[in-house]
Amino acid sequence: MSKLSSRHLLGLENVPRQDMELILDTSVTFREVIDRTIKRVPTLRGITVVNLFYEASTRTRISFELAEKRLSADIVNFSTSTSSVKKGESLRDTVQNIEAMKIDMVVVRHGSSGAPYFLTQCMDANIINGGDGAHEHPTQALLDMFTVREKYGSLDGLRVVLVGDIKHSRVIRSNIWGFKAMGASVALCGPSTLLPYEVEKFGCDVYTDIDEALDGADVVNVMRIQLERQKSGLFPSQREYTNLFGITKDRLKRLNKNYTIMHPGPMNRGVEISSEVADSKNSVILEQVTNGQAVRMAVLYLLSGRKEEEGS
Amino acid sequence: MASKKYDLVISNGRVIDPALGFGKIADIFIKDSKIVKIEKETAVTKKEKSSLAKDQLIDATDKLVVPGLVDIHVHLREPGKESAETVLSGCQAAAAGGFTTICCMPNTQPRIDSQETVKFVQDRAKDAPARLYVVGAITKNIEGKELAEIGDLVKMGAVAITDDGHYVQNPEIMRRALEYASMFDIPVMQHAEDQYLVDGGVMNESYQSARLGMKGAPAVAEEVAVLRDLALCRLTKSRLHIQHVSSKGAVEAIRRGKAEGINVTAEVTPHHLILTDEEIGKEFNTNLRVNPPIRTEVDREAVIEGLLDGTIDCIASDHAPHTEEDKDAEFDKAPPGMIGLELTLGLIKTFLIDKGFLSWAEAIRKMSYVPARILNLPGGTLADGSQADISIIDPDKTWTVKKNQFFSKSNNTPFIGQKLSGLVSATILAGNIVFDRNKELN
Amino acid sequence: MTVATKAVLDQKKIARAITRITHEILEQVDDHKSLGIIGILTRGAPIARRIAAQIKELEKIDVPVGLMDISLYRDDVHSKLDQPVVQTTDILFELANRNVILVDDVLFTGRTIRAALSQIVDFGRPKTIQLAVLVDRGHRELPIKADYVGVNIPTSKNDMVVVKLIENDGEDIVFVETEKLKQDKKGKN
Repeated sequence: MSKLSSRHLLGLENVPRQDMELILDTSVTFREVIDRTIKRVPTLRGITVVNLFYEASTRTRISFELAEKRLSADIVNFSTSTSSVKKGESLRDTVQNIEAMKIDMVVVRHGSSGAPYFLTQCMDANIINGGDGAHEHPTQALLDMFTVREKYGSLDGLRVVLVGDIKHSRVIRSNIWGFKAMGASVALCGPSTLLPYEVEKFGCDVYTDIDEALDGADVVNVMRIQLERQKSGLFPSQREYTNLFGITKDRLKRLNKNYTIMHPGPMNRGVEISSEVADSKNSVILEQVTNGQAVRMAVLYLLSGRKEEEGS
Repeated sequence: MASKKYDLVISNGRVIDPALGFGKIADIFIKDSKIVKIEKETAVTKKEKSSLAKDQLIDATDKLVVPGLVDIHVHLREPGKESAETVLSGCQAAAAGGFTTICCMPNTQPRIDSQETVKFVQDRAKDAPARLYVVGAITKNIEGKELAEIGDLVKMGAVAITDDGHYVQNPEIMRRALEYASMFDIPVMQHAEDQYLVDGGVMNESYQSARLGMKGAPAVAEEVAVLRDLALCRLTKSRLHIQHVSSKGAVEAIRRGKAEGINVTAEVTPHHLILTDEEIGKEFNTNLRVNPPIRTEVDREAVIEGLLDGTIDCIASDHAPHTEEDKDAEFDKAPPGMIGLELTLGLIKTFLIDKGFLSWAEAIRKMSYVPARILNLPGGTLADGSQADISIIDPDKTWTVKKNQFFSKSNNTPFIGQKLSGLVSATILAGNIVFDRNKELN
Repeated sequence: MTVATKAVLDQKKIARAITRITHEILEQVDDHKSLGIIGILTRGAPIARRIAAQIKELEKIDVPVGLMDISLYRDDVHSKLDQPVVQTTDILFELANRNVILVDDVLFTGRTIRAALSQIVDFGRPKTIQLAVLVDRGHRELPIKADYVGVNIPTSKNDMVVVKLIENDGEDIVFVETEKLKQDKKGKN
């Protein structure tokens, strides 16, 4: 018997390594469930999960939804376009209304950092952060970690390079905390205008030269570059970004032999990653998608039924 | 029989008047809303006191008796958002916090950019338990585009101008404002944060904003704004007052400006003296959201140092009430600001006096005499013949900040639950007791 | 707290019980090649393997053995303070037309077997499913009955039946503990 130290998953910063290990270990079982003929277990029967999405998201929402369905949970989808959010209802009122419908767990995606924490303060349900502002996206990082662990057996001692918009990426933040806690060394690389102020305090190596960053690395996790950033003047052009930071076959020579290419999707092919790299045998981009369901099933399973009395 | 010689006597308190350099146990005699004399007890005064009626005598044994405190930076939300604060509730909060004089900022709805709005606010304060002075807008509707009718505002009683909440971003407009204001010998109070650099930031730009993924408002936005305005102030030979200084860079810029002889003054808030941005990630408490934002320990130490060496002249609360409903939101969606009037004294006592940064006399000076001088207001002293605006303080009384204890209509402060030392026990305005904590308790 | 311990089966008796179960299975099921054995994790697994090994010895045929973790099919997941650690279910043979022998160490309330039956149904459609247990301790909460029983042990409801097997624990022994705390994690259901 074993359990997570928290009844919510709000982020990976300050989450103990043993919690992450429990999630990854449990994910192995769910990965196997996904390969069964009947990809469904009755584990969360009677549990109602709300997918509360304040930001448009296709992939994460579908991944959570499938994970919930495969655990036999009852599902309610609530997204901004179909809700009263536009009528000016406060987050607290919305959430309390949802809770009054007797639900058990909430997966929340929100544009404001800290919104999942806010939810824990106004409802009793188990809260899973599906991405909050530029803060954290813990299940994405866990699935990245799971995918890497499946390949190498352990994350200890691996060198992981995160490339892209370090300043605005929640995936990168969760990746930093997760990979570091599991013993990997993490390097960050992106244009200096997309590095947050005091980035060195994350305790990662920081590069603005992609070739230096890739030197001797095992895993390259490439982030989508938001085209809006270019419009707000953070880099001069897409073309220049591709020239300076795009992951192309030529640049992979500096990596360790058994290297791995990752991308959380959706990809801008030919911008941050070339098709040749994205589709190569070292790319695990589609495995990430499959593993995402297993990891989300594990998180849902481990948090389900956890009540307040047990302590945080 | 009530004495006719005096209306009120404050007996046996430790009287501190930094302006006079006075600091000993004495009695204060008040007649016709003025201070008649301050004296150590003598046989004569002992007899005089014994002839007073019970309600003419305040026993201030073991208390501090100081000039009524002056806060030159408060937001009352009337007109426009009376659910957060009214002129009256704001003045009641002032009295409970030991303030007898407060200056309200013009960013109400409508803005205080015309004689009518000045007069409206003044009228609302007529029977209020604090003196209220109005600060008018620099530009029409605080849009930063055209100067407001500053002459009219001054004629109606505005004591300064500011677009507080907004930086006068256009340097040409700011230059004209400084030049124009100098005709009336009033300072231009500036919320110094360059909006292009702030760029929608919701907390200080630092490792904390980086790890929380919040949009950061850099400290350099303040420094750049201060530097520009110092240059404009030098050029126009006018008076500039920098509001709520929050960053090391701004402190150093002001220090250099003063050394050079530029006519600049500055204020700092209790929260910038006490809090850092590391608090925010703990609970995403929206009461920690404030503009300019609470910054790093380096900045906090710099503003304390600036206050000690006189670079920063005075303490002001930037009392900014918001309703609980407005603050009960996502961090980046909550309006910035926190209340201060009822907490400033206890916070300064606990975090600056008790920690050895300031003496009582220095603290009182920076909360009464100095701010009064910056805006040419009466008060801030107990000199014979001055108005009898007096605060009586229980200097070592410990208390805990509670959400439901405020006279302010709002309770947005991150200090709820904080244990403080130093509490106002009574406030006297023009010789009348406008706040008496003992009566509040009964 | 004092715990009274009573040894019920030693190594010899365990071996004898498993041998008897094996013989009964071979007697009951005509088509030995149709057999498949599924051990319920954790201690049903070594028993399943021992039965398969004995069949191999006696009949010279390889009976496939699968392992099943029933955590995901339990009906008490949300009422437990601790989540059971989920182990991997590993059934590599086709269930259709098999005569499946489900194996567990202790039969108590019957809920574990109920969960296992649900899971087997999700994996495929065996011809028959039969149940073999090393110990039947009574106190059923569901209408479930074992087809092959090593030993019946009368117990009171709060007793603990502890099964240790060489493969997992380094020794073969079964004993009963009385007066144990209810929430003791070895509580077998």
